[in-house]
Amino acid sequence: MTKTDPGEAVISLRKVTAELGSRPVLRGIDLQVGRGEVVALLGANGSGKSTAVRTVIGQVPVSGGEIEIFGAPRRRFRDWARVGYVPQRTTAAGGVPATISEVVASGRLSRARFGILGRADRAAVARAIDLVGLADRAKDSVNALSGGQHQRVLIARALASEPELLIMDEPMAGVDLASQEVLAATLREQVAKGASVLLVLHELGPLEPLIDRAVVLRDGCVTHDGPPPRAVGQHALPGHDHVHPHTADAEPVRTGLLT
Amino acid sequence: MEILEYAFMQRALLAAVLVGITAPAVGIYLVQRRQALMGDGIGHVAMTGVGLGFLLSTSPVWMATAVAIVGAVIMELIRWYGKTRGDIALAMLFYGGMAGGVMFINLAPGGSNANLQSYLFGSLSTVSEEDVTAICLLAAFVVLVTVGLRRQLFAVSQDEEFARVTGLPVRALNLLTAVTAAVTVTVAMRVVGLLLVSALMVVPVAAAQQLTRSFAATFAVSVAIGVAVTIGGTATSYYQDVPPGATIVLLTIGVFIALTVLATPLARRRARAAAAAAASDPAECAVPAQPAAKG
Repeated sequence: MTKTDPGEAVISLRKVTAELGSRPVLRGIDLQVGRGEVVALLGANGSGKSTAVRTVIGQVPVSGGEIEIFGAPRRRFRDWARVGYVPQRTTAAGGVPATISEVVASGRLSRARFGILGRADRAAVARAIDLVGLADRAKDSVNALSGGQHQRVLIARALASEPELLIMDEPMAGVDLASQEVLAATLREQVAKGASVLLVLHELGPLEPLIDRAVVLRDGCVTHDGPPPRAVGQHALPGHDHVHPHTADAEPVRTGLLT
Repeated sequence: MEILEYAFMQRALLAAVLVGITAPAVGIYLVQRRQALMGDGIGHVAMTGVGLGFLLSTSPVWMATAVAIVGAVIMELIRWYGKTRGDIALAMLFYGGMAGGVMFINLAPGGSNANLQSYLFGSLSTVSEEDVTAICLLAAFVVLVTVGLRRQLFAVSQDEEFARVTGLPVRALNLLTAVTAAVTVTVAMRVVGLLLVSALMVVPVAAAQQLTRSFAATFAVSVAIGVAVTIGGTATSYYQDVPPGATIVLLTIGVFIALTVLATPLARRRARAAAAAAASDPAECAVPAQPAAKG
């Protein structure tokens, strides 16, 4: 099984364009993820990397180009149990308390007919929670967790359907070192089992050894597609923490009634 | 029990119990998606339905249901497409609905705002045989949706974007939530009144949260609180001759305050337990092991 055989692409974007409001965010990007491949999507804030993955899952409408998932046009793709998605979040909590089990179980709905979870489904949910090292806290409320643990819950939720393809939007954002190690180990295990991964990352960080290929976006265009870029200068120093303020225009104003 | 001897009180109590069950059952999903005030908006819009019911001499309950459903669907559509101007569109919908209600009821033959009063704040003596039938049917629908589709509604209300990737029909479920909330508003309208409906959707859920850690438990406790306060409030209203809607809502807020006070030691104990559980990821700074000083 060759890794970049185009016939084997699990995700394929061709000349995809998208706008947010009237502002073009993607200006015709090409992106392939082969079966068993781990691809990192890199770029500065506002480069369009989050928008690109959100077009794949259908959260952002495209204005041109083609998207295929497992060889099927995105609009006709129905087999969502094969896809595990980790949205960009700082919390797994909603407005009402929920246990880790309850949140992770919603990731199993793609395999559960009529939303009825059988014994096999509950076992899969328990396995997913165990994979991220939260088995002893499964009955705890997610409100009681730390930032890194929230991210682990979100990843367990994505793994609950036992997907072949993982799409993760900045899974390492705001994650403490202990959780980063758990996440990297979880991901390594999934990749060893043959999962394909598309990761949006701000920087390569602890996941670097896993990454086969990096695609760099800038202003909605692909500027690099190949081996992961090596960190240089100060960025290459061990323990370098890439911290800088995020631009405010990324978040729309929320009024509560509309969200 | 003297209170059960009168047919109108039997009807009022039955309606009250159904309100106590349905309002928190829908409200929990609204609170979960942080749309706690949605019920209030639907209540405003439903007033136009009540007014139309009087004007056209049809059942105000069914007319209010129809108008509330249309209003809730419009609100959901505004949420999809509205983006930046959405909140202003919603405000117009709410106040337009309220103004429409007042206008229609004044135009109705023999109508006056006195008739509207019982719909706005609830009334026990006016729950008719026909109302009870409507309330029972609507309540059955609400329970069927909120219990039968609880996993789907939980997923969509917890994280809409993620729910889309599990293949759930997110838009259909959002519309269903809106319609169910609209139906609940009209179920509750006769007992607590349109202007106070939202309190019964939100406050029992907020009160239950003081004690619970899971969604399932929050659901059960908030319905239990809902039933307790609607029965208690209806009985108090009968014996003390005070308006039922206001009594029920004040009672619910009382329960919320009582549970919050009672839960404070519980929360402390849980925080300690959580800290102990997190001992593997140390909560405090550990002094790094220094290499032994030479010499």
